[in-house]
Formats: sequence, C-alpha cells, structure tokens
Amino acid sequence: MKKNILVIFLVFFTTINLAYSAEKNKLLLEYKSTTSINNKASLQRGAKYYVNYCSGCHSLKYMRMSTLAEDLDIDEAIFSKNLLFNNKKIGETMTISMNEKDAIEWFNAVPPDLSLTARSKGADYIYSKLNTYYEDDLTATGYNNIALPKTSMPNVLANLQGEQKVIVDSNNYPIGLEKISNGSLSDVEYNQLTNDITNFLVYVSEPAKLKRYSIGFWVLMFIFIFTIIAYFTKKEFWKDVK
Amino acid sequence: MSDKNQATGVIGWVDERLPILSFIRDHLTHYYAPKNFNFWYFFGSLAFLILFLQIFTGIFLAMHYKPDAKLAFDSVEFIMRDVNLGWLIRYMHSTGASAFFVVVYLHMFRALMYGSFKKPRELIWLFGVFIYLALMAEAFMGYLLPWGQMSYWGAQVIINLFTTIPFIGPELGVWIRGDFAISDPTLTRFFALHIVAVPMVILLLVILHLAALHTVGSNNPDGVEIKKHKDENGVPLDGIPFHPYYTVKDFVGMGVFLFLFALTVFFIPEMGGYFLEHANFIPANALVTPEHIALVWYFTPFYSILRAIPDPAFGALAMLLSIVILFFLPWIDSNPIKSIRYRSMLFKINLFTFVIGFLILGWLGVKAPTPLYSALALRFSEMYFIFFALLYFYSTNRNILFSYIFSGSIIFLISIYDISRISADNYFIVLIGLISVIIFVAFMTLSPLYSNLNKEKEVPDRVTG
Repeated sequence: MKKNILVIFLVFFTTINLAYSAEKNKLLLEYKSTTSINNKASLQRGAKYYVNYCSGCHSLKYMRMSTLAEDLDIDEAIFSKNLLFNNKKIGETMTISMNEKDAIEWFNAVPPDLSLTARSKGADYIYSKLNTYYEDDLTATGYNNIALPKTSMPNVLANLQGEQKVIVDSNNYPIGLEKISNGSLSDVEYNQLTNDITNFLVYVSEPAKLKRYSIGFWVLMFIFIFTIIAYFTKKEFWKDVK
Repeated sequence: MSDKNQATGVIGWVDERLPILSFIRDHLTHYYAPKNFNFWYFFGSLAFLILFLQIFTGIFLAMHYKPDAKLAFDSVEFIMRDVNLGWLIRYMHSTGASAFFVVVYLHMFRALMYGSFKKPRELIWLFGVFIYLALMAEAFMGYLLPWGQMSYWGAQVIINLFTTIPFIGPELGVWIRGDFAISDPTLTRFFALHIVAVPMVILLLVILHLAALHTVGSNNPDGVEIKKHKDENGVPLDGIPFHPYYTVKDFVGMGVFLFLFALTVFFIPEMGGYFLEHANFIPANALVTPEHIALVWYFTPFYSILRAIPDPAFGALAMLLSIVILFFLPWIDSNPIKSIRYRSMLFKINLFTFVIGFLILGWLGVKAPTPLYSALALRFSEMYFIFFALLYFYSTNRNILFSYIFSGSIIFLISIYDISRISADNYFIVLIGLISVIIFVAFMTLSPLYSNLNKEKEVPDRVTG
C-alpha cells in the first residue's frame, strides 16, 4: 500500500508534463459533428441506425425505451414493431444479450455501454470515431482508428462508408485519410448517418436536455418578474432612509 | 419593556412559554444594521439561502440515491432519467455546491475589504473560517457520492494528503477509507458524514456565526461602529431595523442570484466541465487512472499550492498552512482602520494582487502542470503568503530598520529556496520569477519610507452615504 501511495504521488507531483504528452491527433479537428437534439427527424434516424448497427454489442443500459419512444415522438406500436428485439418490453432499458465472457473471446474487450459517452467524451469523439477507420494489417480486425487508436471494435460501417487508407508523415504519424473504395453511401450520406447516430447518443446521454430549456425559460421569466417586484418594493420601503 | 406590547390570543399564549416575540424583536424588527450596506453585503443572506436549498434538494436526492459502490453510479443516472424532475433536483444540488463557494468566497473577500474580521468581530471571523472548512469537507465528501472517475480519483488525491503525515499517515489513510483503497466502506461513511454529520456541524456553526454577529452588530463599508452614536432611545443614529429594510433588500439580491442560478441549472449545468466534470460520467474504476485529475474548481487554488512544492509532505504542509493562516487573520492585521476606503494605496495594491494571485492559482489548479505552470504556481503560492506578511507589516507605521529587516528576511527565505533548486535547465524561469517577487516585496515594504504610498485617510465619525 505504501508503495502504491508513493507511486501515485510520484505521478501527481513530481513528474511534470507527462500527463498531457498523449495529445490528440490534430486530424480529428476536421471531424466536427453538427448535433441538435431538437431535430426530431435526425434523432429518429439515429435511433434506427443505432438499433440496426450498434445495439448488437453496445448497450444503452440507462435509456428506458418508453421514454425514448415518447421523447422522439415515435408511436409505441411502431416502436415495438421496428425497434424492439429479443422479447423486450417497452418499459425496459436498452440492455443487450451478449455476455461479457463471449465479448472478451470475440473482441478481446467488452464493448462499452454508450449511455453517457456523449457526456464523458463529447459528441465529436463519437462522430470522429465513426469516420476515421482505416485499413491496417497490423491489427486483429484489419482496421485501425484515428480517434481511438488500436481500437478492438471492427469497422462495422465499412460497407456503407467504403475503405480508407491512412497517410502518414515521415515519423509514421497519421496526417490524413484517403478513400480507396466506395461504399454503398456517398460521403455526404455517410456523414449524415454518423451525424444522426452521434445526435442520437447526445440525446441518450441526457434526455432531460429536451425539457430543461423550455422549463428553464419559464422559471427565468418568473424569477425576473419576482426580482422586479422585489426591487420596487425595496425602493418604496427605503424612501425614508436618508 | 416587553410589558407594554404584550400579545394576546394564541401568540400571547405561546409567547408566555416561548419568547418568540422578543426573538423577532431582538433579531429582526429591532436589530439595527448600518444603513450603508452595499453590493458586497448580499452574500451573507445568499449563503444562507443556498444552505437551505442544498438541504432541501439533498433530502430529495437521498430518497433515491443508493450509497453502495455497485449501485451509486446507476442510482444517480436513475435520478437523472427516471425520477420525476430528478435531473432538476440533482442539477440544483450540484450547481448549488459551486454557487455556495462562489458566494462564500465573495463573502470572505468582503470581510477582507472592509476589515470585518477585526476587533470586536474576531469570533465571527473564526466561526466563518470553521464554516468554510466544514463546507470544504462537505463538498469533498459529496463529490465522492456519484462514484464517477473524478469522484474516485479526486478523493484519492485528497485522502493521500493525509497519508503524507509522518508516522501515522498510512494508518490514518486506512482509517479514513475504512479499507486499503477507496471502496464501498469509504462511500458509505462519506454518505453518512455528508448527509448527517457535517450538515449538522455547519448548521451549528452558522448559528454561532449569526449569534456572534448579532452580539456585536454588523460592520459596514466605512468600517465605523454605528453603536457609538445613539439617540435618546438607544437606537444607533446610522442604523435601520433589519426588518423590513434589509429583508426587502435581500429579496432583490436573492432574485438576481436565483436568476443566475436558474440560468446555470437549466442551460449550462456542467459549466463547461467545471461544475460537473466530463470524466465523472464514467463510473469509478480503480484500475484506470484518468490522464489528468482535475479537482473541482473551488479547491484548485489550494491544490495549486499543494502541487507547487515537489515534496508531497511539504506541499501538503504548505496547503494546510494556507488555510490555517486564515484563522489568525484578526491578529495578523491589527491596523485599527477597518475599511479599504481609508487604508493606504499599498494595502489596496496588496489586496488586489492577492485576489489576482488567488484566481491565477485557481486557474493553474485545473491545468495539467507544465514547467511554466508549475513555476507560476510556486510564485503565486509565495505571493499568497506574502499577502499575509504584508498585512502584518502594514498594521502600524514601520521604521527604517524594521522595514529593511522585514523585506530582507522575506527575500532571503525565497532566495535560499530558489538557490537550492536552481539548475542549468530551469535557471531562466527561476531567476525571472525570483526577480519579480523581490521587486514586489522591496517595493511594498520600502516605498513607505520614501513616498506617501502608505498614507492612510482620516476615518469619518459617522457612516457616509
């Protein structure tokens, strides 16, 4: 234990400037999502794509499906028919049936739950993760990724996006991506799709966001009027203070 | 006196058994506060409002939160998603924690500006510093409860401070955690302390703080005692009854505060990662250290002081000292003039640089340390302590000999430390910093001998405007 503590202190207080050496690749600055949770159509598409492409492996264990249906204006009957699998009930959350042992055997890692990824790592991370896969013979899946180097996740959207190749500088550092084959979607359509998935995950990370702006507006109005009344009351009372 | 306006009916019945009417009289309708309170005097009542909000929202959070390492993180998300308006309650509580510190820092700054800690108000200040300490403990323990990565690793950093204490340190760490690492027992005891023990201590201290305040009466922006001039009925000439004058005024302050508070709660509850840190949306994991551990913003000035000194034990000592020194403020600054309005230019410069330095320390505390940042953190930590040394220095007029010895010893101490660590790699950054501090100290202590900069103004007899 003493040793542990010592190690932790060494890390925190004496080794200066090591913490940020693992800088993000500048290339990622080119991959910015444009999310808007008020865009219901985008959220609905995102939910559809998510259920079709992602939810085999990635759970959304905090997302209750009835809330999802209600927030995204999806009729419960339509929702049950299209988005409910594995005999799940609409009142349940979006867990998955893959167990962790299998996952480790198949992918050498447990696919993370994505309920809060948009809050912990940001929307742009998700968007760039989905857009920066490239061919790499040195990895188990045959693909590598700029946003998450050495990711153990296979390039599941390759059929849609097509294949990409990395361009490196003299230090073997990735500086660009190049298309080497076309997928079933055009670049614009593919970016739209990944943006919809990103948008959907932004919503999932905080469903209350749909409500809090509109409630907040009325709360602010109330407090504003209260403050004005309080101000004139104060002025009236203080008239006789010289 | 109370015979004249004896109440009848139910109130009269109760009042004969419990002195509610005299309490209202003594502390509200006939408690005389100076009539010249300005903007800075809102923050006491605002702190009280936030305390109430935190207790209120805390009760509702405790109804749904599960203090169990396996369930805590999930239960917080349950509150955020499945509890009716749970997100609102939680955001109010998390924003309230930060707001509490904003308000308390401004409240303390007010005391520094107008000398509210000086005789006869030393006890008010002492209770206040105790409240501040209890608040830090409360906030720290509360931050562990969501059981995210920053909860876990932030707590790791702070508990490790205690393990640097010689001899008993490691055992003390185990005693605090209830385990060899932060785990379920740590969470459950922090929960108990956060929702029962520390709030009770804070409430008790607030009562003592207010009781002491109402015994000696409020200070004011002029720093003159309104009790010196009373009319024939014993009412201070410059005083007005707290109720209704300051109750209606405080409502305006509360309105403005609540507007900003609601703006944060509803529109920017994360405050760009400063009120709710991004990494805290990842469940605590003892095996994965985040690449950069940032404490919540209100601890970062002291965190900077801690990190400024490479040796952990001395760093912890410096940090402890930076807080403990606050207790001695009434005796460090014994200048009889209370208000900044009548203090010298040098005092104003000193206070101004202290505030800037404190803010910079706070900013540095959220950054990962680089050589430049660490050098700055060290210099501003030195400035933090120099502020108190200068306050002592300005307590009275100093002669030539004292001035030179005083500034010489500060410069000597700082130089000795710099000489001990200077090397070929860092000599430039060390020398620049050292020279800046020497110039500052020399100017602040020696200029009174050769200029009017330390000249104080005449304090009026009565409050102005």
